[in-house]
Amino acid sequence: MSVPHEALDFERPSIFRRIRPLDWAYFALVLAVAVIAHWQYGHLMDRYDTGGLILAAGMSAWLGWFWRPWQLFSIIVAALSLFGVWLYGDDLARGSTNFWLNYIGSGQAGVMWMSVMLYMATATYILGLFTKSDFPSRLGAAFAWIGSGAGMMALMVRWREIYLTDPSWGYIPVSNLYEVFILLAVMTTLMYLYYEQRTGQRTMGAFVMLVIAASVTFLLWYMWDRQAHEIEPLVPALNSWWMKIHVPTNFVGYGGFAIAAMLGVAYLIKHRFERTRPDAAITHRLPSKDALDSVMYKSIAIGFAFFTIATVLGAMWAAEAWGGYWTWDPKETWSLILWLTYASWLHMRFTKGWRGPVMAWWAIIGLFVTTFTFLGVNMFLSGLHSYGEL
Amino acid sequence: MSNNEQVAGSAPAAGARSKSARAPRRSRILVEFMGSMNLAITLLVALAIASVIGTVLVQNQPYTEYLIDYGPFWHEIFAGMGLYQVYSATWFLLIVTFLVASTSFCVYRQSPGILKDLRRYNLQVKEKSLRSFHSSATGELDQSQQEFVDHARRVLKAQGFKAREKESEGQTVIAAMKGRWNRLGYLLTHVGIVVICVGALADGSTLLKAKEWLGIIEIETRSVPVSEVPRSAWVPVSNPSFRGMVEIPEGSSADVVFLPMREGYFVQQLPFRIELEEFRIERFSTGAESSFESDLIIHDPERDEPLRHTISVNHPLIYNGYAIYQASFADGGTRLDIEAIPLGGEALRSLEVPGRVFQEQEIPTPQGDTRTIEFIDFRDENVVPLLNEEGQRENRHLGPAFDFRLMDRTGHGLYYRNYMRPALQEGAMYFLSGVRESPGDEFHYLFLPADADDSLDRFRTYLAMLHNAEVRNTIAREVAADDPSGTAIAQTTSELMRLFAEGGYGAVHAEIDRRVPEEQREQVGQLLMRVLHAGLQGLYMEVLEDEGVVSIQEEEQRWLEDAVSAINAISLYESPFYFHLSDFEHREASGLQIARAPGQSTVYTGSVMLIIGIFLMFYVSYQRLWIIARRREDGRGTQVTMAGTSNRHKVEFENRFAHLKRWIIDQKPANGSDDGQK
Ligand code: HEM
Repeated sequence: MSVPHEALDFERPSIFRRIRPLDWAYFALVLAVAVIAHWQYGHLMDRYDTGGLILAAGMSAWLGWFWRPWQLFSIIVAALSLFGVWLYGDDLARGSTNFWLNYIGSGQAGVMWMSVMLYMATATYILGLFTKSDFPSRLGAAFAWIGSGAGMMALMVRWREIYLTDPSWGYIPVSNLYEVFILLAVMTTLMYLYYEQRTGQRTMGAFVMLVIAASVTFLLWYMWDRQAHEIEPLVPALNSWWMKIHVPTNFVGYGGFAIAAMLGVAYLIKHRFERTRPDAAITHRLPSKDALDSVMYKSIAIGFAFFTIATVLGAMWAAEAWGGYWTWDPKETWSLILWLTYASWLHMRFTKGWRGPVMAWWAIIGLFVTTFTFLGVNMFLSGLHSYGEL
Repeated sequence: MSNNEQVAGSAPAAGARSKSARAPRRSRILVEFMGSMNLAITLLVALAIASVIGTVLVQNQPYTEYLIDYGPFWHEIFAGMGLYQVYSATWFLLIVTFLVASTSFCVYRQSPGILKDLRRYNLQVKEKSLRSFHSSATGELDQSQQEFVDHARRVLKAQGFKAREKESEGQTVIAAMKGRWNRLGYLLTHVGIVVICVGALADGSTLLKAKEWLGIIEIETRSVPVSEVPRSAWVPVSNPSFRGMVEIPEGSSADVVFLPMREGYFVQQLPFRIELEEFRIERFSTGAESSFESDLIIHDPERDEPLRHTISVNHPLIYNGYAIYQASFADGGTRLDIEAIPLGGEALRSLEVPGRVFQEQEIPTPQGDTRTIEFIDFRDENVVPLLNEEGQRENRHLGPAFDFRLMDRTGHGLYYRNYMRPALQEGAMYFLSGVRESPGDEFHYLFLPADADDSLDRFRTYLAMLHNAEVRNTIAREVAADDPSGTAIAQTTSELMRLFAEGGYGAVHAEIDRRVPEEQREQVGQLLMRVLHAGLQGLYMEVLEDEGVVSIQEEEQRWLEDAVSAINAISLYESPFYFHLSDFEHREASGLQIARAPGQSTVYTGSVMLIIGIFLMFYVSYQRLWIIARRREDGRGTQVTMAGTSNRHKVEFENRFAHLKRWIIDQKPANGSDDGQK
C-alpha cells in the first residue's frame, strides 16, 4: 500500500517550477515593454512616473501568473491601444478621418464597443440562466471579456487623446465621473470573470452583469445627455500623483461590493426557490448557497481590503491637498460609513459565524451605501470632492 | 468556521479562550461587556448614523444661517445637541472613545489566547476529542508507526505546517499549525484602529475645547480686526495641534491663523510671520484655472534669512511641523477706477468714483439724493455662459468684473456685477450688468449696446437727448412734419418719448390705459406705439447724423432696437447710474490653511498596521492539525486519527482537509487538483 512519496503530489513544487514557460515568456514581455518604455520616454518621467511604471509592470506580471487569462488579455489590450495611439500620431483629427479609429480604436468608439458587448454579455448570461445548455453563458463570458477589453483599450487611448487635445492638460483618465464609470465597468467585469473562472459557476453572471449593465446605462446617459466624454482640463486640486493610485484602488473596492450585492440577490432567490420550487430547473441551475456565500465573502474581502487602502491613500492625499488628512468632508464621511457597513458585516461573519439571508440582505444594502458614497454624495451633498458633479 | 467554533471544538485549543469557571468578578463583567461584539456593532452603527447626520446637516455654517433654515425652536435644539459640529460634539467623541475602549478590551482579552495560539501546539489531545471535530478522519495502515510518522512529517513540512511531536505510551501525537500570521493580523487590525483613533484625537480640537470649558480661553464671535480681539480668545504658540485659515493680501503679512469654533473663532498665534509676495492663477488655454500659487516669505526670528517658498494646490510647505497650504483666494482690496454714468438726462456728465474692494463710497445722484456704493469683489477673469452666433450656450471669457451693492439712505439696495469690457452676444457687442436681489440669486442682465468703437458714447448721447425736452420737441416736430395734423401728433410724440425715457414701456402703457377707453385701447395703443417708435427712430437719425454716419445698415438698425430695450429695462434696474470700470490695480489675497498635526504620523502608522492586518487576516489561512498514531490492536500496522480546524471558510477547509487526508492517511496523490491554497 505504501507508495514511494515521489509519486505523491504533496510536495509543493518550488515557485520556479510552478511558473510555466509561457509565464516566463510573459514576464519577459512585460519587462521588455517596461524597459523599452523607460528607455524611450524615461527623460519625460519624474521619479513618481518611473515608480508608477515599475508598479504597473510588476502588477501585470504578477497578475499574469496568478490568473493566467490575464496574460493574453493584457497583450491584446496593449497591442490594440498601441495601435490606436500609433494611428493617431500627433493629430487628434485623425480620430474622425481614420477608419479604424473612427469605428473601433478611439476612446469614444472603444466605449461604445464596451457598452454593446457588456449589454450582450448581460443578455446572454440571463439567457443561460434559463437554458439547459452551457453555451449561452460561455458566449456571455466571451462578450464580457471583449467588453472589458474594449473598455480598457478605450481608457488607454483616451489617455493619449487627452495629451493630444492639449499637451499642457495631460492627466490619467480616472479624473471625472465619465472616466471612472468606464473604469468601474471594466474592473467589475474582470473581477467577476476571475471568480467565474475560479469557481466554474457561470450562472452568477446573470446577476453580476446586471449591475454592470446598469452602470453602462448610466455612462451612456451621462455621455449623450451631458456630453461628459468631452475632454476638459483638470481642476488644480486633482492634479496630483495620488489620484492615479487612489481612484483605481477605490474602484476595486466598489467593484467587489457590487459583485457581492448581486450574489446576495442570487442567494436570496436560491434560498426562496429551494423552499417554494425545489424542483424547478432554475433552482438547480443557480450555484449552491455555499458557493454563492463563499464568492460573496471573497469579493467583500477583496473589496474591503482595497477600499481600506483607498481610504488611507485618500487621507494622505487630503493631507497634502486640503491641509488635513481627515476633515469630515461628506465624501470622506460616507467612505467611513461604507467602511463601517462592511466592517460590521465581516465581524458578524467572523465572530458570530453568521451566514444566510441576513448577510445577503446586508450585502445588498451595502451596495446602496456604496452607490451613495460614489454618486449620491456628489449629487446631493456639497464638499471638496467637486470633480464628479452631475 | 469562526474562531469561536475552533474553541467550541474544545479540548485541543482549550487554552485559547476558556471561560473561567470561577464566579464572575465585577471587573470581568466589565471586560466582557466592553469587549463584546454586540457593543462593538452597536457603536459602529451609532458612529455611522452620527456621520450621516453630519453630512445631511451642513456643518459649521454661521449660526444666523441655521436660524433662518430651521427656525428658532429647532435651532435651539440642534445647537444644544451639537448637530452643527457633530464631529467635535462631546457625545460623538464619547462614541469614539467607547469604540477605542471596546477594541482595546477586545485586544486585551484576545491577545493572551492569540499569543498562546502562536506558541502552543497542544500535544495533550485525546483521540476521542479529535473524532468530535467537524473535519476528522481515521485510518488503518500497514506501515509501522515510525514509517507513518516519518511520512506524515514530510507531508506536513511540504505543506508548510510547523509541527511538534510527543511520544508516550506507544502513541505519537503530532500537533501542527500553519498561517499563524493570520492571528497576528487580528491583533494588527485592531491595534491599528486604536492607534489611528489616538493619533486623530491628538490632532482634534479636544484640548482647545477642554481649555474653553475650563474657562482658560473664550471664543470670539464678532468679526473685528485682529488687534481688537481680546486676549482671552488668543491661543498661544504652545498649542500642539490646530487647523485654521488666514487670508493675506498681496504685500501684507500675518502671524496668526483663525481657528473656527462653533459660531465664532479663536486666534492662534504663530511663531513666525508669513508674508505674501504675490498670488497667481495660472490658466489653461481655455481660461480654466490650472494652478493657484502663492509666493511666500517666512520671517522667523529663529532664522537668519527669511525663507522664500512658493506653494500651490497639492504642494504645501511643511515648515517646522507647520503645514502651510494653498486653500483659497480672494480679493485683497483691488483699486477700482469707476466712472458713474447717470442713466438719465445727465448721461454725458459722468462722475469719477475712486473705489477699493471692501470699501464704501457715497455718491450724489443727479436728483439731489445720495447713494452708497459698497465694493464687494473684483475678478479679472470671468466665465459666463452666453449665446453664441448660432444661438447655442457657450462659456465665454468676459474679462474683469466687479461686484457691488448700491444702497439708498435706508440701507436697502440690490447687488450688481458689471463687466469692464463689452461682450459679444448673438453677433453684437454689449456692456453687461448683472442685477440680483440677494447674493444667492441668479443675475438678470442689463444689456447696454456698445457702438462701433466698443464704447458707450452713442448710447449715452442717445439717452441724454431722449431726456432733453427741447430735443424731443424738435425731433417730434420733424417726424410729424408730413402729417396733416402735425402739431397734435408732434405733441403726442414728444410726450410719449418723455414717458418712455422716464419709465419705459410700462409708463407708456399706464398712460394709455389711463387716457384711452377700454374699447379703443388696442387700436389706439398700436397707433401710439408706432408714433413713439417713429419718434425714437427720428432721434436716432439725429444721433447718427451728428456722428457722421450716412447709410443705415442692418447693424445700425439693430443697435436702435437694443438701445430701446435697454432704456426700457433701466426703469427696472433700480440704479441711477451705470458704473463703468475704467481702470484697476489688481490686488489679490491668498487664503492659507495652516495646520499642525503631530498625530499624523501616528495615524499613518495605525493605517499601515490596519492594512497589513486586514490582508493577513483575509489571505493567510490559519490551520491546525492533529494526528495521533498508535500501534493497531492486532499488533500489525498503525491506527491513525487525524483532525483539523481553521478559521477560514468551512467548505474550503473541508476540501483542504480531504487533500491532507489523501496524502497522509490514504497515501495517494490528490490528482494534481487544486490543493486548496488559493
Ligand atoms: C472600527 C473598527 C473596529 C472595531 C471597533 C472592532 C471591534 C471588535 C471587537 C470589540 C471585537 C470582539 C473581540 C472579542 O470578542 O474579544 C472584534 C472582533 C473581531 N474583529 Fe474587529 N473591530 C474593528 C475593525 C475590524 C476590522 C477592520 C476587521 C477586519 C476586517 C476586524 C476583524 C475582527 C475579527 C476577525 C474579530 C474576531 C476575533 C476573534 O474572535 O478571534 N475588526 N472587533
